[in-house]
Amino acid sequence: MANVSKDAAHGDYDQPYYVPEQSKFPILASFGMGLFIFSMGHMLNDLKANESATLWSWMTFAGFAVLAVTLFNWFATQVRENHQGMAGPQLKRSYVLGMYWFIFSEVMFFAAFFGALFYVRMWVVGWLGGEGDRGVSNMLWPNFKASWPLLSNPNPELFEGPESSMAWPGFSSVAHYLPLWNTILLLSSSVTVHIAHTALKNNQRQKLTLWLGLTVLLGLTFLFLQVTEYREAYHELGLTLHSGIYGSTFFLLTGFHGFHVTLGAFMLSVMWFRALKGHFKPEDHFGFEAASWYWHFVDVVWVCLFLFVYIF
Amino acid sequence: MATGHGHDDHHHGPAKGITRWLYTTNHKDIGTMYLVFSLAMFLLGGTFALVIRAELFQPGLQFVTPNFFNQMTTMHGLVMVFGAVMPAFVGLANWMIPMMIGAPDMALPRMNNWSFWILPFAFLMLSSTLFMDSGAPNFGWTFYAPLSTTYAPSSVTFFIFAVHMMGVSSIMGSINIIATIQNLRAPGMTYMKMPLFVWTWLITAYLLLAVMPVLAGVVTMMLFDIHFGTSFFSAAGGGDPVLFQHVFWFFGHPEVYIMILPAFGVVSEIVSTFSRKRLFGYDSMVYATSSIAFLSFIVWAHHMFTTGMPLAGELFFMYATMLIAVPTGVKVFNWIATMFKGSISFETPMLFAIAFVVLFTMGGFTGLMLAISPADFQYQDTYFVVAHFHYVLVPGAVFSIMAATYYWLPKWTGNMYDENLGRLHFWLSFIGINVLFFPQHFLGLAGMPRRIPDYALQFADFNMLSSIGAFIFGFSQLLFVFIVIKAARGGKKATAEVWDGSHGLEWTVPSPAPYHTFSTPPVIK
Repeated sequence: MANVSKDAAHGDYDQPYYVPEQSKFPILASFGMGLFIFSMGHMLNDLKANESATLWSWMTFAGFAVLAVTLFNWFATQVRENHQGMAGPQLKRSYVLGMYWFIFSEVMFFAAFFGALFYVRMWVVGWLGGEGDRGVSNMLWPNFKASWPLLSNPNPELFEGPESSMAWPGFSSVAHYLPLWNTILLLSSSVTVHIAHTALKNNQRQKLTLWLGLTVLLGLTFLFLQVTEYREAYHELGLTLHSGIYGSTFFLLTGFHGFHVTLGAFMLSVMWFRALKGHFKPEDHFGFEAASWYWHFVDVVWVCLFLFVYIF
Repeated sequence: MATGHGHDDHHHGPAKGITRWLYTTNHKDIGTMYLVFSLAMFLLGGTFALVIRAELFQPGLQFVTPNFFNQMTTMHGLVMVFGAVMPAFVGLANWMIPMMIGAPDMALPRMNNWSFWILPFAFLMLSSTLFMDSGAPNFGWTFYAPLSTTYAPSSVTFFIFAVHMMGVSSIMGSINIIATIQNLRAPGMTYMKMPLFVWTWLITAYLLLAVMPVLAGVVTMMLFDIHFGTSFFSAAGGGDPVLFQHVFWFFGHPEVYIMILPAFGVVSEIVSTFSRKRLFGYDSMVYATSSIAFLSFIVWAHHMFTTGMPLAGELFFMYATMLIAVPTGVKVFNWIATMFKGSISFETPMLFAIAFVVLFTMGGFTGLMLAISPADFQYQDTYFVVAHFHYVLVPGAVFSIMAATYYWLPKWTGNMYDENLGRLHFWLSFIGINVLFFPQHFLGLAGMPRRIPDYALQFADFNMLSSIGAFIFGFSQLLFVFIVIKAARGGKKATAEVWDGSHGLEWTVPSPAPYHTFSTPPVIK
């Protein structure tokens, strides 16, 4: 080895790039994903046709289990290989780049839903109400009045509108406004995970597990409040997936965000258990970093949600 | 320079038997699997196309019901775009990028294999819809709402999930390609020394990462409209079917550049090799590719001129679209300038590349015609559009993939392909394609709508001609399969350089390329 790397521009090439010879994980994960998704398709179609979906539900679960077990072992192998010193500095930079670009693709996923929200609010609702260049579409439902949040839909028989929305209730009832508390929770959790990160870099292990654990708790509290909010929406406000475009955008944007918080909290709790087991070194803790970047990303998405879905 | 002995593992050859392919992490194996998969899908999608052309050979209903005809147009588009063209380019990227930049493999080898193996499952699921009671998706490959939501067959659920899986595969593949290019270049391989194929793929991978999630988003909205009662694409609930088109084409327009930018890279390599000259205007090629990528994000609504956009929107999207002709013109000019005064020889790859330059430019010109918003009201949804995008996709993307196959096949297999048969394949394809698609321009201008199984009598002659071209083109691809298999099994041994004017790292390793190349990086001066 040594005779080759002399010419190399920098020390990255001292260790050969680790290329695992063979792996069963990819094909197993593909099979699990295929089974999971194919069965879920049948399950959804059966439910829609009011038929029994028991068999396909179990198959969906089985596919998910294969996928989950495979991924768990895949990540475990990855961690083990790193502990065995197989991952050189160059490979670690590939991981970092991979995570950056993955988060970029997640940003674009949310951009699709935000784009839909902006398009609907800026143009569609107005047009349906008879404004502007496409105002003629008002002929379809002449009684429809444009407004946002949209409480009364163009065709209330097909889509019954909600009784009230999630908009800012005014300063008097701020204490009961869950989204504000959720904003505070998530923003503080970004701080706590940063403190945990700093502790890890300074090799303060107790501080690491304490603040990381606190981050996970804040995330779980956020999720609990969101579930509470959804229950209120469904049972008290009449705001559901069926209540027209306001409910559609509200639940898909906040729902996918909540799903990402769940994923992020899961990732961070895995990191917490790994920290307890003595994983991570001050200079080598990519797994922790990736999870914390993801957490910050989820936080930023929430700020956008709070501003554009709830407040404005 | 590249043969320093690496880690012991790297002396291992491929494993034996089927597990070599199932468990592999080797970029060459995975590249081969992508290419073979793409060829299979190309033949499947081609079969669908021949069903369409057989039905359209004469006016009246001959072979299929209108609903099945719609399923064929839909499946043909989906299989060709997501199953044939995109995986072919990913296969070429897998094979060539590590060898072109002096990397030992792709950056994340196991994930690389996962990206591939998702695809067979996704297409198995999509194809299985053909055998369901509801029939396959029948709403066109652009799956406009509400055809694809309110009025869709129940198989739409599987279509949505198949698209999700293809998206996951593309995103992981793109992350891998970007990470490889950013991180695994050999010492001295600066960005502006990278072969143009690597450059175009870097930008393509970026485009994929930007728009595949948007595609996932739009099919997710469909899924919720269909199964969970939301009203994204239903005006009755305050949504808008046109919203679907906006989100879809925000994906769809960059998507067409995803299918053509790697082709630009391939053609740049080949034109330069067979002209025995350096590529003219390398830097401007890089900047032109980047400009096209940027512009591709702000032109999507030129697919929607007739949806009743505000006038300001019509004008903006018209002018922005026309701007794309500038960087594209730079590229065409550079290819011609590269050939100018070169000592050109016309081996099969070069024939395909020159045909690409000429015919792709024609497709570009009809694109300019379509970009003119007031004129587009006449062309919208006619065979003129069909002719336009088939000219950029078939003699564009598909010809470049064939050119690339002939160009690198000796490096992959170690054997020269049969040059005479290759040229025969080229001429049959070239003639077939023009007989197939050129008359469709006239059909469209005369007002024949696309996606119909029957047509008025005045369109009969051109349709018959077009169908004859389709069968010539379709069946000559069997010759292509034969040539590739023949070269894989034996033939005249190829040298390391293969071509007179070849240049770049991939030609410094022996032919066939060893199972592991550049286990220790070469140094580029």
